[in-house]
Amino acid sequence: MRPDSAEPDLSALSTGDLVVESPAAVPAPPPPATSGFELTPKPATAPDADRGLLEVAIGPHHPSTHGVFRLNAVLDGERIVRFKPVFGYLHRNHEKIGENGTYLSAMPYTDRLDYFCSLSNNWAYALAVEKLAGLAVPERADYIRIITAELTRIQNHAALIGFLLQELGAMGTPLMYAFREREKILDLFEALTGARMMCNYLRFGGCRCDLPAGWLEECRRVVEGLPRFFDEFENLLSTNEILMARTQGIGVLPPELAVSAGVTGPMLRASGVNYDLRKVDRYGLYDRFEFRVPLGEHGDVYDRYMVRILEMRESAKILQQALREVPGGPIVDPKVKLRNFRPKAGEAYGRLESPKGELGFYLISDGSTNPYRYRIRPPSFINLTILEDMCQGLTLQDALVILGAVDIVMGEVDR
Amino acid sequence: MIDEGLRSELSKQGVFTTTVGELYNWGRKNSIWPLNFGLACCAIEMIAASMARFDISRFGSEVFRPSPRQADLMIVAGTVTKKMAPQVVRLYNQMPEPKYVIAMGACAISGGPFKQGYNVLKGIDRYLPVDVHIPGCPPRPEALLHALITLQEKIAGQKLTGPERAPHLQEEAPSEYPIPDYGAYDLDPPKNPDVWQPPVLARKD
Repeated sequence: MRPDSAEPDLSALSTGDLVVESPAAVPAPPPPATSGFELTPKPATAPDADRGLLEVAIGPHHPSTHGVFRLNAVLDGERIVRFKPVFGYLHRNHEKIGENGTYLSAMPYTDRLDYFCSLSNNWAYALAVEKLAGLAVPERADYIRIITAELTRIQNHAALIGFLLQELGAMGTPLMYAFREREKILDLFEALTGARMMCNYLRFGGCRCDLPAGWLEECRRVVEGLPRFFDEFENLLSTNEILMARTQGIGVLPPELAVSAGVTGPMLRASGVNYDLRKVDRYGLYDRFEFRVPLGEHGDVYDRYMVRILEMRESAKILQQALREVPGGPIVDPKVKLRNFRPKAGEAYGRLESPKGELGFYLISDGSTNPYRYRIRPPSFINLTILEDMCQGLTLQDALVILGAVDIVMGEVDR
Repeated sequence: MIDEGLRSELSKQGVFTTTVGELYNWGRKNSIWPLNFGLACCAIEMIAASMARFDISRFGSEVFRPSPRQADLMIVAGTVTKKMAPQVVRLYNQMPEPKYVIAMGACAISGGPFKQGYNVLKGIDRYLPVDVHIPGCPPRPEALLHALITLQEKIAGQKLTGPERAPHLQEEAPSEYPIPDYGAYDLDPPKNPDVWQPPVLARKD
């Protein structure tokens, strides 16, 4: 799908260096090496080779790319014709490390996948292993998991909206508001787990340690203050003229395309598809809590922003309900032996609704202490594959806003 | 040079004395502009350090520049993979003198938890002259502030003349470092021997 513009007048351009050379000047490619398979030769004249397209590479060091990530854009005038993401600049061998270590030793590495949401990642991995080994989780541990996961969701969405507004040119201010709340939540994590970001808190069949004294009161205090923060944030942003002009009708993702591409999370719900694993799978104890799943109507960037704001409000509701009734009891199933942990041979796929979408861990056990196969389904990687379709025909500055609303974290995309 | 005793006596009397070198370094150390350059998890703590709670602007370093041409300090915040290492060195080469490097986090100083991985560089100090190393995974924002203060002390102690003058004032000191290639199996060369040598184990006989 390309704009049907007339052939641009190249003689009027003075930027001769930037114009893509016509294929006639390029020598014929060397014959492919005999490597056992045949490559289809490229057509001698690419369909748009002489239209004066401009190739722009954004990244891997660029403030708008949310990490080390390259975008190869092909522009016709100002409009995007092709937009290819190039990853791999942060490939850290997560899956290979997971297969070479024991089951438990992969837990701290899951923190570093999506480094905004370490506790959700912990939970997804713990779910997969618990499914594989058939472990039960005590009620108190499930409550702690829900509380920490929802706090994670709030701080992730708040920080994401801050970064998104930074793409729009609001340098710093919304991000400052988001990080102010994020610091309160990180203080809770630090009191509970000992680390601000890399929590490494959950264990198979429960949690690593019990709540410290006074933690629940402190958490209630923070949660009570959250609605005020959301109101303040929305007062600043939701009806902001620049935000609305730059995001409404931009990057529309039709629901059919979103479903067929495997997009999950707030991006899918902004397109109007009612799919939330907390409602679909009812993992943990989510069926005990009342909350709604916000859905968008248009599937544009503004809807994605709004869905995240509303999700934060719903998360605060879940937190209020969960904090009211945290039961006593053990935090870990006493039958679980973490040393020499060998689940019986088999396979399991554990998934949950992480702040970015469906985060899944697929494990194959051969009965030894290490997983035979350890595979991660990263939501932000799969949400990113749809980027080019959303950016067709838009300008580059719109594309960066769309990228900001996808909510990618390179640690998870490249793994 | 002015005598230290006389100088403290004068300052008690309300007379402030300084040298050109001290004044110059005082200005430099209080306006270190970092490169807006995040690689991985540590970048989030770097951003947190620039936010209201930790407020790196108290130390004059809140001006994160998107272009290496305008930056004084490169904070290598996160895992440097072998695919990214050539670009990191290239960015360093593009920065104007005087320039400094802080290696933030376990990955940047040694490869950290991913050291055994096939795609992770085992410390950016193999290619770049690192001024301050910060351990931690990720280091807290306070650790970054401490590294910045350490760097400020280093800058304040640099001499402007004489044989021990700062590297950026020595004509023969290199300003750019060779960029490794992403070769068929590994980075080529695997290290810059002028900057980094593998540690030698000395055993007693």
